[in-house]
Amino acid sequence: MSFVPDFFGQALNGLSYGVLLFLLSVGLTLIFGMLDVVNLAHGSFYMLGAYAGLATIAVTGNYWLAMLVAPVAVGGIGALLERACLRPLYRRSPLDQVLLTFGFIYLFEDLVKWIWGGRIRSIPPPEAFSGSVQFFGATVPSYRLFVIVFGLVMAVALWLLIERTRLGAIIRAGVFDAEMTAGVGVNIDLVFTGVFAFGAALGGLSGVIAGPIQSASPPMGAGILIPALIVVVVGGLGSLKGSLVGSLIIGQAETFGKAWLPGASMVIIYVVMALVVLLRPQGLFGRALK
Amino acid sequence: MSVLQVDGIHTYYGESHILHGVSLRVGAGEMVALLGRNGAGKTTMIRSIVGFTPSREGRIVFEGDEIQRWPAYRIARRGVALVPQGRRIFAPLSVRENLLLGARADGWTLERVFGLFPPLRERAEQAGGTLSGGEQQMLALGRALLTNGRMLLLDEPSEGLAPLIVREIGRILQALKGERLSVLLVEQNYHLALRVADRVYVMNKGQIVYEGTPASLEADEDVKRRYLGVA
Ligand SMILES: Nc1ncnc2c1ncn2[C@@H]1O[C@H](COP(=O)(O)OP(=O)(O)OP(=O)(O)O)[C@@H](O)[C@H]1O
Ligand SMILES: [Mg+2]
Repeated sequence: MSFVPDFFGQALNGLSYGVLLFLLSVGLTLIFGMLDVVNLAHGSFYMLGAYAGLATIAVTGNYWLAMLVAPVAVGGIGALLERACLRPLYRRSPLDQVLLTFGFIYLFEDLVKWIWGGRIRSIPPPEAFSGSVQFFGATVPSYRLFVIVFGLVMAVALWLLIERTRLGAIIRAGVFDAEMTAGVGVNIDLVFTGVFAFGAALGGLSGVIAGPIQSASPPMGAGILIPALIVVVVGGLGSLKGSLVGSLIIGQAETFGKAWLPGASMVIIYVVMALVVLLRPQGLFGRALK
Repeated sequence: MSVLQVDGIHTYYGESHILHGVSLRVGAGEMVALLGRNGAGKTTMIRSIVGFTPSREGRIVFEGDEIQRWPAYRIARRGVALVPQGRRIFAPLSVRENLLLGARADGWTLERVFGLFPPLRERAEQAGGTLSGGEQQMLALGRALLTNGRMLLLDEPSEGLAPLIVREIGRILQALKGERLSVLLVEQNYHLALRVADRVYVMNKGQIVYEGTPASLEADEDVKRRYLGVA
């Protein structure tokens, strides 16, 4: 393989991985920013999404339906988790939150192993995107192009939702000052649950979409948690723009790291994070720390 | 009849006991000032009323409802509007979004608020965080008015503002007195408060130590010196 096609192919891989990270980290960053909760189980939503997709395809054979069912199911699990388990913890120490949500990683992982078994399961791409296309001499699975376009469309849609609607204004206000948002009459508890469920649903969506690229396996949730957390740190807490830019940077860094410095790809994303934190402790698009 | 009646409330931050059985009332259409030195507990009093820091004991009655256990959003919707200390504008939201976030019912409309505060109209699409201190105070007041509450709680609206703007705030408070609005005004600026208030409470170390009219407080050198540091 020559340099240019190889480079181009890796860049597209990085972009599609970045898009998955984006969908996952949006929820993480909004939940962090608004609820001050470190939800370590957020990666589990990604894994649960993949399995919900797998189950839907097993029953109906329809990938598009899976893309609908997975976020709804995972969003519902997220809403339950927030109401029943996290709500009582908001006033507790961050350590309690970390311990509880860390425990949920194992709970969800074991639950999935118990239902589907521990082996890796592949999810076939939808019929329409099962081929590949030539791009600057690189052979690229057309499904990856679909993922990239879909992710960018989602980014625009989310931007419109958050920056241009009343609901978005409520979310931004809640991220900035939740108490005062309640003080003008917004039922902030309901908004918390809604944002948590929505973030979980996007994580679930990310998981189904990842299926045809990475397959589904129980540890995939714990595996993607670290890059997703790094995206939040790099992009800045509570920032949609930060989440997008951070995801694209980390997606490329990890992908190129894997290709050029095998074995050191994780080190590279830590280095990126360390550089950003040194230069801008609040992250690229985060608010200055109080 | 009282619009707001606070009866012997005790409020804590964690284990520290801040309010020790505070009572006060605000009548319909009345403007009541709550004065006291730094740390006297005035903001804690406001936070107890709006449900940010619920009191552990005592009663708070608003228009006949006991609200002391209600969540903050319900108290706001019931008709208690807040201009908090430090203004707490939603910095990333536009001026218009700040104003409309809690807007309810009729009476005060966006147009009327823009009429009262013309600079807000000019800056309607600008982020709230880019406004000057005086403009942010207008925005905080406009945001509270648009919730169309019948009780307005103002926590140090003149804090940190230039004298000219403080006078402007005084003028606006006078104008609000004409509205059918009951007001509880917390102020460090004793002169401003005495000019606009119908009645006055003075607070010290989490207790009410004086209750009277602006004229009677003006004449009470002892209270002014001991609790307000006014010579
Ligand atoms: N979040 C908090 N946690 C613990 N103690 C607090 C907290 N906020 C205020 N206090 C303490 O409660 C007491 C009353 O504070 P409060 O803010 O009600 O005073 P204030 O009368 O509003 O003063 P100021 O005029 O400076 O605004 C002070 O001793 C203060 O140190
Ligand atoms: Mg205060």
